[in-house]
Amino acid sequence: MTSTALPEPRPLVDLTVDGTSVSAPVGSTILDACRGAAIDIPTLCYLDGITPANACRVCMVEVEGSRTLVPACSREVSDGLNVVTENDRVASNRRLVFELLASSVDMSLVDDVTVRWMDRYGVDPQRFGPEAATVDQPVKVQDDLYIRDYAKCILCYKCVAACGEEAQNTFAISAADRGFESTISTEFDIALPESACVYCGNCVAVCPTGALMVKTEYDMRRAGSWDEGSQTVVTTICPYCGVGCNLELHVQDNEIVKVMSPRDHPVTEGHLCIKGRFGYQHVQNR
Amino acid sequence: MDALLGEPVSAWEGGERSELDGRVAFGGFHAAAEKRHLLLPALWVLQDEIGFVSHGALNYVSERLSVPPADAHGVASFYSLIATEEQPGRIAHVCDDIACRNLGAKEILDELGSREDVRPSPCLGQCDNAPAVFLQLAGQTDLVTAPANADAVLDLLSADGDPLPIPSQPAADGQTQIMQRVGIIDPTSIDAYLDAGGYLALERAIRIGAPAVIEEVTKSNIRGRGGAAFPAGIKWAAVANEAADTKYVVCNADESEPGTFKDRILIESDPFPIVEAMTIAGLAVGAEQGWFYVRGEYPLAQARFEAAAAQARSRGYLGSNVIGTEFNFDIEVRRGAGAYICGEETALFNSIEGYRGEPRQKPPFPTQAGLFGKPTLINNVETLANILPIIREGGAAFADTGTPESTGTKIFCLSGHVAKPGAYEVEFGATLRELIESAGGTTGKFRAALVGGAAGTFLTQDQLDLSLTFEATAAAGASLGSGVVMVFNSDTDFTDLLVRIGAFFRDESCGQCVPCRVGTMRQEESLIRLAAGGTDETRILEDLALVMSDSSICGFGHAASWAVQSAIRQGLIGETT
Repeated sequence: MTSTALPEPRPLVDLTVDGTSVSAPVGSTILDACRGAAIDIPTLCYLDGITPANACRVCMVEVEGSRTLVPACSREVSDGLNVVTENDRVASNRRLVFELLASSVDMSLVDDVTVRWMDRYGVDPQRFGPEAATVDQPVKVQDDLYIRDYAKCILCYKCVAACGEEAQNTFAISAADRGFESTISTEFDIALPESACVYCGNCVAVCPTGALMVKTEYDMRRAGSWDEGSQTVVTTICPYCGVGCNLELHVQDNEIVKVMSPRDHPVTEGHLCIKGRFGYQHVQNR
Repeated sequence: MDALLGEPVSAWEGGERSELDGRVAFGGFHAAAEKRHLLLPALWVLQDEIGFVSHGALNYVSERLSVPPADAHGVASFYSLIATEEQPGRIAHVCDDIACRNLGAKEILDELGSREDVRPSPCLGQCDNAPAVFLQLAGQTDLVTAPANADAVLDLLSADGDPLPIPSQPAADGQTQIMQRVGIIDPTSIDAYLDAGGYLALERAIRIGAPAVIEEVTKSNIRGRGGAAFPAGIKWAAVANEAADTKYVVCNADESEPGTFKDRILIESDPFPIVEAMTIAGLAVGAEQGWFYVRGEYPLAQARFEAAAAQARSRGYLGSNVIGTEFNFDIEVRRGAGAYICGEETALFNSIEGYRGEPRQKPPFPTQAGLFGKPTLINNVETLANILPIIREGGAAFADTGTPESTGTKIFCLSGHVAKPGAYEVEFGATLRELIESAGGTTGKFRAALVGGAAGTFLTQDQLDLSLTFEATAAAGASLGSGVVMVFNSDTDFTDLLVRIGAFFRDESCGQCVPCRVGTMRQEESLIRLAAGGTDETRILEDLALVMSDSSICGFGHAASWAVQSAIRQGLIGETT
């Protein structure tokens, strides 16, 4: 066993959130401080452990002295900061951001938390009319491991970060083109098997909208047999090598249908390799 | 390509295999990171020579610079002047933006618009010679022709035409400061510049030392001329006070605000002051490296600046030991590639560094962490040009001109329905009416002026006597922006203009944040419905204005609704013509 010295405790700064005094360590964000104080803020492109892209703009809060709203996920706290997390202005902006997203992207598979936020703000994506442009496009099914459905992509950049220097260092995908045409793509949109992709599936694990999905789940959803309610999650350790990655086997009808890893696990931080993520067929080779 | 990057030294870089390959690590992470800023120049080499970036060529560049191909493709596809699909070797970009569209561009596009090699273009910064056409020519130097017509464009596309000579900015009459040599001096000769008092400011700056230079700039109370009007003295002092081994000076010559052409005229007609002012800035803040980022549609300005910098270098005004002192300073030139957003300072840094031109969240501000993460002083061309009189004659004397809050002079870009479009330098305080009169008055009956560009506001009849200073325009709910004054007469179809402005913002949004990426699309859709008539779009346009200005990452999104909202407020929409 190696022992690691605990880091020096970080000094605290005092700020005000919704009229209440809150302390947070230097270098933490408004979002950290709010979550520490049990104040909820919606997020989409934020993911603990990945540098915030601050692209989705649903976590906007009001900060005294700032002309515009401020992204809670990436603004660091400072002494005397006065933050308002919810008022008419913040609510209108969040509603509009959700409306813009939902009117252009298929958000049918976002998590329940996001759905509740959208309900709370009374989001009406239809208001921009039936002719409103969308990012609708055919699903890319190019192999047996995972699919890419960019009609569901909100451009949170998390897959790019997970593929690149925040996890896998493979750099198979990047944001391409510009503006409304922007998309996540391999170079010249070549098929994944021809690209640098190593099929670790870490992009799938961080995708918040189901735009990236393991093939088993995609096939079962199309067949109507995907039933999350009946699934159990079995925690185990990957049998392949000595690293000791934790696996969460999603099991339906006694078959493994998806493999994930807990993001709070110190070994994997949610990331796996192709073997751990996709190499489970031997378990059910009856 | 090898002229830019040198010969490949190993198989890792795409060269010949040698015995050492596989045994020796060439470069590594840091060496690769240091080369990444050559990505955009390398893409330009391909675009210039071949006319597009092929998959194989992109892979070669990726190998040479150790940039992942997906990443390099993401950068290439970001810029509208870099093609990632094969296209004709000669492309005509016809400006159909708000100034040119009513002055002949529509006719050119009506005639040629269906051709594969003719494309509509956002403002080319030639509004004083509308309509303008930018020719991208594989294997030849790109060029601009203005005022253009369909026959001339056809000749140039078939390779046997000569560009129409662009009328040069006439010498200014009356007392001017920044433009005093424009149209008079030979812009290609450092001797002419020296004879006209060139480099006296740098000599004085060296004599009085960096702290005194910053003192003068602060005392001058000069505010940035690029659009944000930030006090330059505060910026200069902030960068100078940062403790860092490496700092940079950047000149923002990515002039792309529709209706703006003053920086182009300054660089084309009198480039040496910019070189000198950047050197003074380097001396003042402690930087040894300057970057000049010029927009891709300005081939002449780029050539003039490069020639000026080369002459300055050969005479010892640039490079090691500037005029025999211990101070070293040199300038590298970067060419933009068709992206309005790269005029935003942090997007410009990303563009130089070889990344997609997406703005960064601020803070940190450029003075703390700018180009390559180092403290960076970034100023607009016109702002830098003003530094020379400030240093020569002192900040206090400069502060005595103009008004207390808007010191010095301002170059306004008069275009549209005026008799004599052009750049006019006036002391701050002149009214909108006076400016229009100095440009020969409105052709037709005055209806409105767009002040500040596409990211500006419309002013109408009852605001003609508004003094065009930072403080007076701000009080009137407008903004000077970059100094655009585009005049429209009563025959103008403003709804058509707004649809074009909507298309401009949709087209130029970088796509990073949701409010701007989708908001600019929804704004354009709404304006198109408005133009078709029959629907009330007020609520949607107001909501979009709110979310774009409150929640976008950068000033582009913040300003994307201003012109539209002001046109509605001023009652310019729905008028029948």
